[in-house]
Amino acid sequence: MGVAPILDRLKILADAAKYDASCASSGTAKRNSVKGGIGSTEGMGICHAYAPDGRCISLLKILLTNHCIFDCHYCINRKSSNVQRARFTPQEVADLTISFYRRNYIEGLFLSSGIIKSSDHTMEMIVEAARILREEYDFRGYIHLKTIPEADPEIIHRAGFYADRVSINVELPTDAGLTRLAPDKDARQIEGALGKTKDDIVEAKDAKKRFRHAPRFAPAGQSTQMIVGADAASDADIVGRASRLYDSFGLRRVYYSAFSPIPDASAVLPLKRPPLIREHRLYQSDWLMRFYDYRPQEIMQATEADGNLPLDIDPKLAWALKFRERFPVDVNRASREDLLRVPGLGVKAVQRILASRRHRTLRLDDVARLTVSLTKVRAFICTVDWRPTLLTDRADLRALLAPKAEQLELFAA
Amino acid sequence: MTALQHVRPHAYYTVQLPRSDDFAFWRERARALIQCDIPPDKVAWVEPGGSGDLFAQPSSGGGMRLPEPPADAPPVRASKRYLSLAKNAALHSDPARFSVLYRLLWRLQANPRLMEDKADPDVRRVEELDKNVRRDSHKMHAFVRFRQVEEEGGAEHYVAWFEPEHHILRANAGFFLRRFASMRWSILTPQGTLHWDGETMREGPPAQKSDAPQGDPVEDLWRTYYASIFNPARLKVGAMLSEMPRKYWKNLPEAALIPDLIAGAQQRESEMVAAGERDDGVRPESLEAIGEAIEGCRKCPIGCLDNRAVMGEGPSDAALMIVGEQPGDHEDQEGRPFVGPAGQLLDVHLERAGIDRGRAYVTNAVKHFKFTIKASGRGKRRLHQSPTAKEIDTCRWWIEGERELVKPKLVLAMGASAARGMLGKTVSIAKIRGQAIPLEDGSELWVTAHPSYLLRLDGDARNRQAALFDADLAAVRERLAELEGQ
Repeated sequence: MGVAPILDRLKILADAAKYDASCASSGTAKRNSVKGGIGSTEGMGICHAYAPDGRCISLLKILLTNHCIFDCHYCINRKSSNVQRARFTPQEVADLTISFYRRNYIEGLFLSSGIIKSSDHTMEMIVEAARILREEYDFRGYIHLKTIPEADPEIIHRAGFYADRVSINVELPTDAGLTRLAPDKDARQIEGALGKTKDDIVEAKDAKKRFRHAPRFAPAGQSTQMIVGADAASDADIVGRASRLYDSFGLRRVYYSAFSPIPDASAVLPLKRPPLIREHRLYQSDWLMRFYDYRPQEIMQATEADGNLPLDIDPKLAWALKFRERFPVDVNRASREDLLRVPGLGVKAVQRILASRRHRTLRLDDVARLTVSLTKVRAFICTVDWRPTLLTDRADLRALLAPKAEQLELFAA
Repeated sequence: MTALQHVRPHAYYTVQLPRSDDFAFWRERARALIQCDIPPDKVAWVEPGGSGDLFAQPSSGGGMRLPEPPADAPPVRASKRYLSLAKNAALHSDPARFSVLYRLLWRLQANPRLMEDKADPDVRRVEELDKNVRRDSHKMHAFVRFRQVEEEGGAEHYVAWFEPEHHILRANAGFFLRRFASMRWSILTPQGTLHWDGETMREGPPAQKSDAPQGDPVEDLWRTYYASIFNPARLKVGAMLSEMPRKYWKNLPEAALIPDLIAGAQQRESEMVAAGERDDGVRPESLEAIGEAIEGCRKCPIGCLDNRAVMGEGPSDAALMIVGEQPGDHEDQEGRPFVGPAGQLLDVHLERAGIDRGRAYVTNAVKHFKFTIKASGRGKRRLHQSPTAKEIDTCRWWIEGERELVKPKLVLAMGASAARGMLGKTVSIAKIRGQAIPLEDGSELWVTAHPSYLLRLDGDARNRQAALFDADLAAVRERLAELEGQ
């Protein structure tokens, strides 16, 4: 049997990889190729292109193969799906990565795979592609490897030495959802593998402190992904799970992927896709926890009766509208924590306010210069020349501040 | 600071910069001017090719020789923050950038902590300039696209054409050097060119787009990748445009695909919306309604055959739900489950085990009869065909609806298809029969063979399997009595 041209296989294996949300190439160790090899990483990730779905293309994100012995219902590559199958050799993946990298199309490689033969065999092939890149090409760019929780921990461990980041998807926010939609996967095994990787990362960091030449292990840490909207989990469930994952496994990121209808879908899945904006609201709440000192319980307070975050307004505004007694906040006196709670004030704006108010008493005009827009902010702050008086307590404040038209969903299903 | 003797109080000075991005030169001149106490409104900064400076008109007496600062002039102070911003802001294409920087430096002498006052208009402006330049540099790192050319001797040379918005070429040479030190490359821009031969960096004069190579075979692969990684189910054109504005498109090989990708996605979406009108994803709320809905179900090819849907039957609050594979020829004709040969055999075994079929809800994992037509001497016959895993999964939508409504305490799945319909995965009957498998709603699943399996066996083999089947049914009866007793 002849092998299809690389162009045709790339089409299939890139298409199969697009349901993984992560494309980050940031936060890894700094490297360059001045003394040999090819490639560099300088801390900041670079998005080399953007697709019309608004997502950044930073890495060559492909599957080694989309053959799979697993039968997860949300996945286009599941065993019972009718998609066209293809596979790359580790050498082909490495060659393709390098020829893209030399033309400055990408920051590196994000390699994942369907499970062929066995989990161990598949993991070996993934690691081999990374090995060729690192050892034969002396590649210094970014590598993200998806690891397979069922594979031998020793092979996963080797992956961490070649990769900048490793990830294992928890797939669904609840164990019941996983049992139902990914019958071949096991929640305990996934968490076990996350825990093992965390230990490896911590251990390698520790060794690095003591021995300068200790090898690095996944310097950009590990991340995971959850599918939103394929099961009945509410936003409160999802936020709770994410925060436990952050705490237990030292994750750099939890990615959310709004379940998108896949061709040849399994019938257990909902036919209707969740609005994309739901994924966006979850990312916003993730941001609030990571950069704005919100506790998970506080995000949950912002949810509505069904446990989901409102879709028409952002979670920060939703929280502020529920706790109006905490506003207005005096921008000339309030603490950083209180300023961070003001809808419309970002981390940078708060920093600017704190720095500026040492030099002047802020007026509304000054605040306008320090932030992007005053519309949302003005109802929640006071300055020397501005008090929102009754505005903060108006019953229709939500309607006043919510975006007028549904702009984010371009083509509501 | 006192004004110096040779500085004429009402004079103004024009500083001609040798290069648009020469921050070091500007810094030297600015330092001297401040030491001579020349206020911002008396200095004009002119870059090469730049015009638009009123003071530079010879008639108004501009172009005065710069004064020498006195030996005892106090040093000029600037905060670290100012320096790091100024270095970038000086690369901006705004002709007023040097004046703004000078004014801010001038004001910093009187107020050393001015940079902290983020609400100050000059501070804000310099921060904006810096931000724009950093963004342009970042976009340059991202959007430079090299094309490979073979040179004589077979050496590979990578050449890119890029049009930066600000004067950032020289400032970003280091980035490309650190990344591609082992390659021979050139970056051509309208402002100038950079050439790296693997050992030294050389600067060249401004270039034109036609100086760069016009294509590279690898771009086909790259465009294929770009089109395939795009998910048409989630079109967000605005998000793309804010990060990859149209002005960059002309030099990105992949950008030519964008209009078609968007148009294709919109069409796909509208087809899905049209399809969604028939099927809004809400399951009927009664068994009768499910019975009606399955009649029209065409979600898998079986529904399109010449057959009828067969709904489950039995009490709507039955404690026991019995699930078979799919209706057979007889069932399809009568429209009721388990009425053919397999059904009759099931009745015999149920009676022997002491299970009252009338109290059980009996149904199938797949709602329509799947068959092929075989012509034989006696005419055409419909031959049973097993449903595929995908067809069973498709039909789970309905069996789950029935289970939600009936809420049985125990489900008996007969055969591998029924087991898959309940579990979503293919299991081995031999391995899991005779034991309770918990389901997520708290009920129990028991799995056994399908009675039609017994029909296909003879002699000893049949007796052995019949005994196993009886044992399974007996265990189910006992467990059911326990569950109902609770």
